[in-house]
Amino acid sequence: MTVNNLVEKMSLEVLNLSDGEKTVTGGYTGDLLSWVMSRASAGDAWITIMSNINIIAVASLCDVSCIILAENAEAEQSVVSLAAEKKINLLRSEKSSFALSCELGRLL
Amino acid sequence: MSEPLRFHFDVDGSNFTSAGEASIQIKQKLRQLGFAPDIIKRVAISMYEGEINMVIHAGGGTADVYVLPETIKIVLEDHGPGIADVELAMQEGFSTAPDSVRSLGFGAGMGLPNMKRYTDNMIIETELGKGTKITMTVNVPRQ
Ligand SMILES: Nc1ncnc2c1ncn2[C@@H]1O[C@H](COP(=O)(O)OP(=O)(O)OP(=O)(O)O)[C@@H](O)[C@H]1O
Ligand SMILES: [Mg+2]
Repeated sequence: MTVNNLVEKMSLEVLNLSDGEKTVTGGYTGDLLSWVMSRASAGDAWITIMSNINIIAVASLCDVSCIILAENAEAEQSVVSLAAEKKINLLRSEKSSFALSCELGRLL
Repeated sequence: MSEPLRFHFDVDGSNFTSAGEASIQIKQKLRQLGFAPDIIKRVAISMYEGEINMVIHAGGGTADVYVLPETIKIVLEDHGPGIADVELAMQEGFSTAPDSVRSLGFGAGMGLPNMKRYTDNMIIETELGKGTKITMTVNVPRQ
């Protein structure tokens, strides 16, 4: 499944979509950056409520396929701009991390 | 290639926004040089954790990366407060991070343990009031 497919199937809001053809191979849910950094695998869709600028570096370093901000977490313009610059797919939903994880699990 | 390729970065301690920039650049360089993805991941994670620690705990510092075909060495040096009890700091979950950075997702106390886990060798030299120097190496298996 590609990120584009995921956006459609999960009705995600697109904040930045630089590489929609990237394959989603799994998922990781978490908000502690060092934890995510060491546990998320390349290709995972990363579900989090953290929306500050540092998530872009983490996503970039662990090669996740996309970030999904849960609970409509507010992302500043600087975060969206950096996502575009670093080609990180940044998506959002009003649903909780739990609900999104369940939904992703069913799709994978 | 006996002379290592050397990359130097100044890590700005006042700026969270650019934190991680050095690690992202190294990751790209290593990719261009053709290193295996798992080697790149280990170097990038270890360097990022060290870089962020210098920003959060030490007011910034420098990062030098030496690249040889068989080994990659990362040297992080700062003039921050130093680490009082290294053994304690190395424990998963130990953190002195203030609430302001915890709210950004840091402060799990996982940085130093991650650095240890993802490198083949890690040496911490630290002196209270003087600073901290961390040297990490990742060995590259022959293909
Ligand atoms: N460069 C440094 N200078 C001074 N103290 C440091 C430095 N690096 C780490 N420390 C100390 O060691 C502790 C543990 O570091 P570690 O990276 O494991 O966790 P953390 O930075 O607090 O949280 P996390 O890395 O999970 O976001 C820090 O809270 C801090 O007290
Ligand atoms: Mg840390």
